[in-house]
Amino acid sequence: MPSPSSPTESPGAPAPAVEAAGVCRRYGRRWALVDVDLAVPRGSSLLVAGRNGSGKSTLFRVLSTLLRPDRGTTRLLGRDPARDLQAARRRVALLSHYSNHYEALTALENLAVAARFLERPSDRASLLPALAEVGLADRADDPVVTFSAGMRKRLTLARTLLQRAEVVFLDEPYGQLDPPGFRLIDRVIGALRARGATVLIATHLLERGAALCEQGLVLEGGRVAWSGSAAQLPHLRGLEAGSLTEGGA
Amino acid sequence: MNRPSEIPSGATRPAAFAFGALGLVLLCVGSYWGLVVAPAETYMGDVQRIMYVHVPTAWNAMLALTFAFGCALAFLFQGGWKWDCRLEAAMEVGVVLSMLLCAQGALWAKPTWGVWWDWDPRLTTTAVLVFAFGGILALRTFVDDPVRRGTWSAVAAIVAYIDVPIVYFSVKWWNSLHQQPSTPATVSSAFHLPLRINAFGILFLMIAFITLRSSLAALRLRGELAPPLPEPAVTTALAGTRG
Amino acid sequence: MREFLAALRKEALLQWRTRAQLAAIFMFGASALLLFSFAIGPDSAALRQHSAGFLWLGLLLASTLTLAESFQNEMDERALEALLLLPVRPTALFYAKAVSNWAELTLLGVGLVPIMVVLYDAGTDRVGGLVGVILLGSAGLSAPGTLYAAMTSQARARQTLLPLLLFPLVVPVLLASVRASSLLITGDPMGQVRSWVVLLACFNAIHWSVCGLLFGRVVED
Repeated sequence: MPSPSSPTESPGAPAPAVEAAGVCRRYGRRWALVDVDLAVPRGSSLLVAGRNGSGKSTLFRVLSTLLRPDRGTTRLLGRDPARDLQAARRRVALLSHYSNHYEALTALENLAVAARFLERPSDRASLLPALAEVGLADRADDPVVTFSAGMRKRLTLARTLLQRAEVVFLDEPYGQLDPPGFRLIDRVIGALRARGATVLIATHLLERGAALCEQGLVLEGGRVAWSGSAAQLPHLRGLEAGSLTEGGA
Repeated sequence: MNRPSEIPSGATRPAAFAFGALGLVLLCVGSYWGLVVAPAETYMGDVQRIMYVHVPTAWNAMLALTFAFGCALAFLFQGGWKWDCRLEAAMEVGVVLSMLLCAQGALWAKPTWGVWWDWDPRLTTTAVLVFAFGGILALRTFVDDPVRRGTWSAVAAIVAYIDVPIVYFSVKWWNSLHQQPSTPATVSSAFHLPLRINAFGILFLMIAFITLRSSLAALRLRGELAPPLPEPAVTTALAGTRG
Repeated sequence: MREFLAALRKEALLQWRTRAQLAAIFMFGASALLLFSFAIGPDSAALRQHSAGFLWLGLLLASTLTLAESFQNEMDERALEALLLLPVRPTALFYAKAVSNWAELTLLGVGLVPIMVVLYDAGTDRVGGLVGVILLGSAGLSAPGTLYAAMTSQARARQTLLPLLLFPLVVPVLLASVRASSLLITGDPMGQVRSWVVLLACFNAIHWSVCGLLFGRVVED
């Protein structure tokens, strides 16, 4: 089985952006992740595919330090996150399933809360462009409770971009979005890669993801079932690659 | 640092049963001595004999809860699962002993003062402890993930335990304003030996119960912490690229 | 410190936006006071004597609502975990939340005082002292309450668990606040209010430090 690009042997080469060795994580009696190994070089991108319940979200939550592994180790940008959790989290961003917003606050206020913690300008003039970029400028002053799922996703995206992280995890970024939203995600991923960030994407839109990523990984039942070049991923037999069309749902 | 996952080993059962048997014998000897043989107390008569059981129960209840506090600290800062098992066992035994203490207090108060409860500071603090640690035991049943359960009950046990002196002092001041008589704690020296025998009797019984109960908890944890890993059934289903 | 201030600002904004809930909880507290008077009967001397007890019982019951509510909006859409990942230190989040709950409980307590005065004929000259006791007592409810609310909002049976865990713990707060308030209302010939206030201060000092230290373990996984 071809392995993802392994870290270079030469000393002085930068450590991979994300590494996992033997990672296992349990939810109750069920193992969500089993013996996961991976290494993603800095500045590259990884597409993670798998059926529902295969462990993609759990993997991202563990790698982004939100969850601790039950077994195995992870490394972020060459360092053990447990040694300095705050420093590790400063360099990571996660776009998760949950919208992570305060329903009672407006879109602008939610963004301002994040901006203040990130020590970025949190005034209206600075944040409106961020909202415009994700297509929410005209709803900036509406409380999030009135937003549809797609709009919440866009706001979460705006907040993720605000963090300007070196390693970005996008968990089902195309979920709940409309076709213009898909193009927005494509643009965002392109912009992230252009500024040198390492991007990990979990998605069911395999062709779309494969066009944007270099490496690919397939999870099945919490284990790494396949890893290799992202271009090969949509064509794997047994992955039901053809049944998920672009622009669907 | 990973989540704690080393599987706790079962406790030594023969030692536990030995402690239990010895404790029972000591308790029988001490109780017989105190309840039947020892002379009645000058002012209160036979009712005071409950002190031979009440005082040892009180010592051991506090000991159990102090041990629980130690286990909570050990679990949070050292991380071994055996501390969580012992915490659960010690809290249960502590709560049971505390409930016994309240019952004994009521049994003493009714013939002496005509009321079931006399708001004695020590007993009132014990009643609060029953609710506090009973509540933590209830918390444990509502949390499914073992790591969360262990962490949260350890945190709650620490907060509850450090509250004990504050509760005691506040009840003492509160009660002193109403000038209620308190349960006499002093036992004259002629009666010390049966007291000590009972104290050790209950102590050994307590050690036996905590050991057995914590090995039960370890058994359950073993099932929860390390369910069998799923079989790698899928890799054969995926083939390489077409063409 | 900066994180604490940013978190505090967020709490203030959230409180302001959800102020209708505060009004509803206030009505709950006021109706509790009314029910207590029905339970005792129209004996004005008895009502006045126990007025402080009723006030603090009402506030304690209302506190379970405010405390549970304070973590609902953190857990509904998992807003808290996003903050942790920004990163924000858990202790900053705890103290901001605890201070916000403290302010809310103080407002509730002070708001219930006129109700108490009217229903139980329990007026007092020492209003400043009463407000001070309410401040200290609310702080005593807020620190452990915030810690436990964080726990129970992630567990099942949360409505029962929070009062179950909190009430035994805050017995000293209840005792001290009721005694001090009662002395302020009915008269304090022996100057005992001071010792109760000292007890409240000690409780607060211990719990505000310990609960803050332990909060991180409760919200991280």
